[in-house]
Amino acid sequence: MDKLKVSVFLDRDNLNKTLQLDDNSIVSDLLKELKINPVTVIVSRNNELILEDEKLKNNDEIKILSVISGG
Amino acid sequence: MNCCSQKPVFEMHSGEKLCKPHFTEYFEGKVFKTIRQFDLIGKEENLGVALSGGKDSLTVLHILHRLSMQNPKIKICAIAIDEGIHNYRDKTLETAKEFCNKNSIDLHIFSYKEEFGLTLDEMLNILDVKPCTICGIFRRYLLNKKSRELNFTKIATGHNLDDECQSVLMNQMRNDAGASARLGPKAGLTQDSRFVQRIKPLYLCTEKEVTAYAFINGLLDSFNECPNAIHSFRVQVRDNLNDLENKFPGTKYSIVNSFLQVLPFLKEKFKSGSVKACAKCGEPSANDVCNACIYLEKLKNSIIRVV
Ligand code: SF4
Ligand SMILES: [Zn+2]
Ligand SMILES: [Zn+2]
Repeated sequence: MDKLKVSVFLDRDNLNKTLQLDDNSIVSDLLKELKINPVTVIVSRNNELILEDEKLKNNDEIKILSVISGG
Repeated sequence: MNCCSQKPVFEMHSGEKLCKPHFTEYFEGKVFKTIRQFDLIGKEENLGVALSGGKDSLTVLHILHRLSMQNPKIKICAIAIDEGIHNYRDKTLETAKEFCNKNSIDLHIFSYKEEFGLTLDEMLNILDVKPCTICGIFRRYLLNKKSRELNFTKIATGHNLDDECQSVLMNQMRNDAGASARLGPKAGLTQDSRFVQRIKPLYLCTEKEVTAYAFINGLLDSFNECPNAIHSFRVQVRDNLNDLENKFPGTKYSIVNSFLQVLPFLKEKFKSGSVKACAKCGEPSANDVCNACIYLEKLKNSIIRVV
């Protein structure tokens, strides 16, 4: 199977990651791979929010933004 | 299920997907409905918005500021408490100042250092207590005292559905129903002119909804978390609640909605009699000396011992 390369920024950890995912992967596959509960984040690409069933494309730059309040 | 042909930006727990304009309409509609349903804001108000610089309080300020522009009888100011938490509050307060400057909103800042002589960081070096316990006592104390002095009719806070849900569960787990009686969209138990009524316009909005709204409206800053938060009971309750919500969507709504049904009985049961004045500072207090003064005394004694 082909692979997708996606770069991800996790705001909570202030961390950039590059991941290889199966072709046809969607956002929820990415969250599963990162062991992130979808209730706790919103996800954006090109400064637009995308949903869990959104298909990922090769070389996508994804931001995962934590929804939890800081205290 | 999509709301219309535009690209969706938010999925509700029911599975419905909303585009940007429809999500905005849904979110703001929910906030205004909450305000009406619980009678949070009257025809004439001098509102203080408790601003931390985080997404929740910025969202409340953003929405109430627009309300006040449309309605000259509703005045808005922001009030911020600087606990003195290095590398956290200094950053979020910068965001708060920027927002207020840009929107020409008066911002009043009061700090623990100036009011009590010590920052929270310094207090925690002296006393061996749970950070959030004293942080909360001093914050509520200052917020109430200063809001009263500024003649605010009410204080609006950024508390959302997740916060409330966590508090309800925490109180259940501690067997503290009296603390739950003080929750609700209109917080507190006693109608006393020395207490400024606290209101929660985001009461029925989940944290995820608030974050999406803040993102869409450019209110979401870089992620910031209080370094003391990891020690808290709340964080463990929060994480477990989010796991439950993921497995059983709608859990948070159910908990808060059923809580709202028993809340009037709780408020009635725990209605307190007359409120005393603290013997030391004169602020309203359930006991002879208020919690803030008790901790200030402990701090003073510990400093003397150290010296
Ligand atoms: S997490 Fe605790 S210590 Fe930090 S700001 Fe909130 S109440 Fe204060
Ligand atoms: Zn739509
Ligand atoms: Zn006192």
